[in-house]
Amino acid sequence: MVPEVLSQPAEAGGSVGIVTPQTIVIDTPLLLACGRSLSRFELVIETYGRLNAARSNAVLICHALSGDHHAAGFHSADDRKPGWWDSAIGPGKPIDTDKFFVVCLNNLGGCRGSTGPTTINPETGALWGPDFPIVTVRDWVASQALLADQLGIDAWAAVIGGSLGGMQVMQWTIDCPTRIRHALVIAAAPRISAQNIAFNEIARQAILSDPEFHGGRYIEAGARPERGLKLARMLGHITYLSDTAMRARFGRILRDGDGQYNFNYDVEFEVESYLRHQGNSFVDRFDGNTYLLMTKALDYFDPAREYGDDLAAAFRQAQAKFLVVSFSVDWRFSPARSREIVNALIAAGRDVSYARIDSQLGHDDFLMPIPQYHAVLRNYLDRVALEVGS
Amino acid sequence: MSPSLRPDLALISDWIAPGSRILDLGCGDGALLAHLASTRQVRGYGLEIDDDNVANCIAAGINVIQADVDDGLAEFADGSFDYVVMTQALQALVRPDLVLAEMLRVGREVIVTFPNFGHWRVRLALLGGHMPHTPALPAEWYDTENIHLCTLADFEALCASANWQVLERALLDRQHRAGFSIRTAPNLFCEIALYKLQRPG
Repeated sequence: MVPEVLSQPAEAGGSVGIVTPQTIVIDTPLLLACGRSLSRFELVIETYGRLNAARSNAVLICHALSGDHHAAGFHSADDRKPGWWDSAIGPGKPIDTDKFFVVCLNNLGGCRGSTGPTTINPETGALWGPDFPIVTVRDWVASQALLADQLGIDAWAAVIGGSLGGMQVMQWTIDCPTRIRHALVIAAAPRISAQNIAFNEIARQAILSDPEFHGGRYIEAGARPERGLKLARMLGHITYLSDTAMRARFGRILRDGDGQYNFNYDVEFEVESYLRHQGNSFVDRFDGNTYLLMTKALDYFDPAREYGDDLAAAFRQAQAKFLVVSFSVDWRFSPARSREIVNALIAAGRDVSYARIDSQLGHDDFLMPIPQYHAVLRNYLDRVALEVGS
Repeated sequence: MSPSLRPDLALISDWIAPGSRILDLGCGDGALLAHLASTRQVRGYGLEIDDDNVANCIAAGINVIQADVDDGLAEFADGSFDYVVMTQALQALVRPDLVLAEMLRVGREVIVTFPNFGHWRVRLALLGGHMPHTPALPAEWYDTENIHLCTLADFEALCASANWQVLERALLDRQHRAGFSIRTAPNLFCEIALYKLQRPG
C-alpha cells in the first residue's frame, strides 16, 4: 500500500466520488487447489463507471497482498483517504471510468468482508479462523470467474493488477483464455524467488510465534497477534522501498532535534518511526490469519509448474494481449523478473509490450502516478476502449 | 498503411516474406512494424529504449519491448525470429560487430541499414582536412551519436571475415533512389546502404 509519508499528489482527472461496497453471494461450489471446497461464499466488491449495453467494457482490478475492494473514491463525504489505486482509476484517469466499467473485489480469504478467516463457517457456526483453507492464485481466478458469471460479464476487456495482483492477471490468461482480452501485468514475477519466500516466512513466523496468536483462534480468546502482524508489516515495508528512497526520505535523521543519541531502545531514527507507524496502522485494519494465507498464495504461485516448468508452454494457453510494466528500482519484483514474463510471452508468440519505468520508490511505485507509467497505461487502455467499443 | 513511409522502409518490406516473425531493433515510433503488420501480416516486436517512442508504439498498438540494444540480445532464443532488422542504428552501437553476430544468432536472416562513410562528400571533407558534415551525417564530431561509421567496403570486409553471407544489397542516395552513378561506383555515390545477411550453412 502507499506509504503515506511518501505519497505524491494525484495527477489531473476526477474522482469516482462516494462509492458503496456490495456483497455478491456465490452459490456455485468451488473446489480449491488444496482439495477442500467451499459450497457457498461471498465476495465484497466495488464498481465504478457503467457497463455498456454489449457488456464488453468491464475491467477487473486484482489487488495485492494487503489490498481490498476499495480501489477508488471515498466511502463518505468526510472520508479523507481515497481507495488504494485512486491515482489511476477515475473519470479521465488512465483506467478511465468514463469508458470502462471497473470492478474490484476483496479476494477470497481476505479480511474486508469477503468469505475468509474472519467470517463464519456455515458448517460449524463458528469463525473460520485458522480453519479457512489456504487459497491459491488459481482459486482466486476461479472465484473471480464465478463473480464475472454473476455480473453477466462473458469476457473482461482487461484484467489489471500489480504485484500479487499481476500474478492473478497471468493466471486469468492461462485458466480462462477466452474470458480476458487484455492482460496488464504490473510489477510482478512469474514465480517468487527463494529470497521472497524467505521474507514471507519471517513474516509468518512473526505472527505464528506471537503469544497472542492462540493457534489462530485469537478472536475467540479476546486477543490479537498485534506484535507479530506489526513486525510482518514492518519487514514488508523495508522490501517495498529502494535503498535510495530510504536514504532520501529518512537518511540517518533523528526524531529529536538536539542531535544527541538517547542510548535506549525507544524510537530514535526517523526510519524507525516510519516503520512503527506503518506497522501500527496496519494492525488496525488487517487480520493475522489473512496475512498468513495471502503470503502462502504468493509462495505457491507458479503457473509454469503444470507445464513442465516451461512458462512459454503455460502462456501458449493464453489468447489475451499483454502489457507488462516494471519499475527500475523495484528489487522485490525486479525488472529482470518482468523480462522473464515478456520472454516467455514472445516465445509463446503472444502479443506483448513491455515498459520499464524509471522510478524512485521501489515496489510501491506501482501505486504512484509516475507520468511515464500513467502515459503507458493510458495509451494502452485507450486502444482497448476503442476495440471494445466503450 | 502510412503513405509517407520512408522509401528505405518500403524497400525493406519488399525483402520480408508474408506471415513471418520479426524483431526490429531500435524501432522508433514503430512505423516499419505498423507497415509490415498491415501489408505483410507479420508478427513483430520492436526493441526501443526511449520513453516517448515506447509510449507512442503502445498508442499505435505496436508490440514494443523497452530495452537497450547495446545490452545485447541474450534474452532472445537462437533462431527465434525469421528476420532481425535494424535501420540506421548500426553506426551508433558500442560494438556493431557483436550486435550483428547476435542478430544472426537470433534471426534466420538479418536486415541492416547504415550511412555509407565512403560517399564522395565525406571523402571531399576529409581531403579538406575536416570531419564531414553531409546531409546524411549532419552532427559535429564531438556530439555525434555515430561512433562506428564504415564504408560499404568496410562492411563487406567484415561480412567476409565473419563468413556472413550477403543475400541482398540495395544502395540508395539521399532521396532513397538507386541511380546510374550508384550502380557505376557504389562506394562513392551510395549514401544509405541496405543489406540482407544470413549465417553460413
